Amino acid sequence: MKLSPKTAQKIAKTLIWSAALFVLVVLVAIILYILIKGLPMINWGFLTAIPRDMGRSGGISSTIVGTAMVTAVAIVIAVPLGIGTAFYLAEYTKEGMITRIIRFSADSLAGIPSIVYGLFGYIFFVIYLKMGWSVLSGGLTLSFMILPTMIRTSEEAIITVPNAYREASFSLGGTKWQTIIKTVFPSALRGIANGIILSIGRCIAETAAVALTAGAVLRMPTSLLSPTRTMAYHFYLLATEGISMENAYGTAALLIILIFFINVVVNAGVNKFMSKGK
Amino acid sequence: MKKFKEKLSGRIFFALALSSISALALITVFIIYKGAQTFIDVGFFKFIFGMSWSPGRDEFGIFPMIIGTVTVTLGAAAIGVPIGICCSIFLAEFAPSALQNIFRPAIQLLAGIPSVVYGFWGLLFVVPLIRNYLGGPGLSILAGAIILAIMILPTIITISEVSLISLPRHYKDGSLALGLTQWQTICSVQLPAAKSGIVAAVILGLGRAMGETMAVIMVLGNAVALPDSILAPVRTFTTNIGIEMGYASGEHQQALFATGIVLFVIIMMLNSLAQYITRRKAK
Repeated sequence: MKLSPKTAQKIAKTLIWSAALFVLVVLVAIILYILIKGLPMINWGFLTAIPRDMGRSGGISSTIVGTAMVTAVAIVIAVPLGIGTAFYLAEYTKEGMITRIIRFSADSLAGIPSIVYGLFGYIFFVIYLKMGWSVLSGGLTLSFMILPTMIRTSEEAIITVPNAYREASFSLGGTKWQTIIKTVFPSALRGIANGIILSIGRCIAETAAVALTAGAVLRMPTSLLSPTRTMAYHFYLLATEGISMENAYGTAALLIILIFFINVVVNAGVNKFMSKGK
Repeated sequence: MKKFKEKLSGRIFFALALSSISALALITVFIIYKGAQTFIDVGFFKFIFGMSWSPGRDEFGIFPMIIGTVTVTLGAAAIGVPIGICCSIFLAEFAPSALQNIFRPAIQLLAGIPSVVYGFWGLLFVVPLIRNYLGGPGLSILAGAIILAIMILPTIITISEVSLISLPRHYKDGSLALGLTQWQTICSVQLPAAKSGIVAAVILGLGRAMGETMAVIMVLGNAVALPDSILAPVRTFTTNIGIEMGYASGEHQQALFATGIVLFVIIMMLNSLAQYITRRKAK
C-alpha cells in the first residue's frame, strides 16, 4: 500500500507537532517538578544562613557566595579574551591559516566535556600552579570553558554590524581603532551582552568542572584562595549522599529560578534596553 | 602617536586571539602529561581491552566502560535525533510565529538547566518508572539514554534549524510550484539540501552525550560490567572519572586521567569531523 501524498502530509504534520509539544511538556514537567518540591523550602533564612551539619540544616548562603565568586572570576578573565579574539577574527584578518587555527581551537574547546576541563583545571591550576582547591582555580577553569561561547557570540554580534557604519567612520577620518571602539563595539554590544549572560548561566549550572577545582568546603569563602562549594555541586552532594532531600530540592529550585531569570527575563531586558538606546 | 596606537591595538587583539589556541594546547598537554604514564605502565591494549577495573589490585581495564559509553550514547541518539530533527522541521516550517517565540526560548532554557537537575529528575522520575514497568534495577542504560536524549535536543535542534532556514528560498518555492506537498518538499528537497548541517548537528549531539557527566552519574548505576540488556547498569568514561577523582591518588589517579585522554581523543575526532562537514559545505 502506498500512502497518498496528502495522507503522508497529514501524518507527518501530526508527528512533527507532537514531537515539538512533547519537548515542551518534558521541559515544563522538569521545571514544575523541581519548583513544586523546592519553592516551599526557599525563604530568607535558607538564603542567608550558613549550611550546618554538612547541609542537613541551616541555609545555603556560603554556596551562593561561592558560586558568585567563581562566576565573577570566570567572567572577568573570559570576557576580555573572548571579545578581543572576536574582534581579531572579525576586523583584523582575512581568512587564512591563522584564523583557521583559531576557529578550530575555539570550536574544539566548545565541544570538550566539562569533566575534561575539570581534570585539566585540577592538574594545572590546583596542582601545577599550586592554587589549591579555591575560588581562583574554579573560576579560571570555568573561564576556559566559557571562552568559546564568548568568542562565538561576540564574533556574530560584530559581523552583523552593517559595513556602512565602518565606512562612515573611516570617511570621517577615524582610524581602525577609533572605528572599533566608537562605532562597531557599541553597535555589537547587545549581542556581546547576550553572550556574557549566557556564559554566566553556564558557570552557575556547571558542576563537574568546579567539583574538581573549587573544592567542597562549606565555609564562607573569604578570599580568592579560599576553597568553596558551588550551589550546583552542593545540590549534587545533598541529593546523592542522602544528606537532606528538602535542602536539595530548595537548592535545585533556586538554580532553576536563576537559570530561568537569566535565559528569559534578562535576555528580553537586554534587548529592550539596547533597542531603546538606539 | 596615532600610528603607534593603531599598531599596538592590532598586536593586542592578536595576542588575545592566541588565547583560545593556547587554551586548547594547554589542556591537551596537561591531560596527556598526567595520564600518558598509564598507557606505558599498564600497556595500551591492556588498558583499552582490559575487562577488570579494580584500582585496589592495580587493575585498570576500561573495556566495559567503552561498551557502556557507546551504548548509552547511541541510545541517546536513537531517541534524541528523530525528536530533535522533527523539532527543527517544526521550527523552520510548521510553527506559527507566536509558537516560535515560545519554542525558541524554551529550547534555550532546556540548554541552560544544570545537568545535575536533569540527573536528579531522572533519578526520581525516570528510574522508578523503568524499575516498575520494565524491571531491572531502574538505574540503567535506558535511563541514561532518556536523560541524555533530552539534554542533546538543544544542540541538535538549533544547528539543524539554522541549516534548514538558511536554504535559498527558491528551493522550496520551486518544489511547491511543481505541485509537491509540503512534506514531499521537506523530504525530497529541504532535508537533502540541509544534510551536511543536520549531520554535523547529530555528531555534535553525540559528542555532547558522550561528554556529559553529572546527569548520568545519578541514573546509570555505575557498575563496571558488560551489560546484558538496556536495563542493566553501566559505567561510562565520564562517570568513572566523576566518581573516583574525589579519592584517587597515585597510579589510580593517573588511570583516571588516561580515561580522560581516551574521552578527549574521541571527542576531538567527533568535533573535527563535524567541523570538516560544515566547512566543506561552506565552500
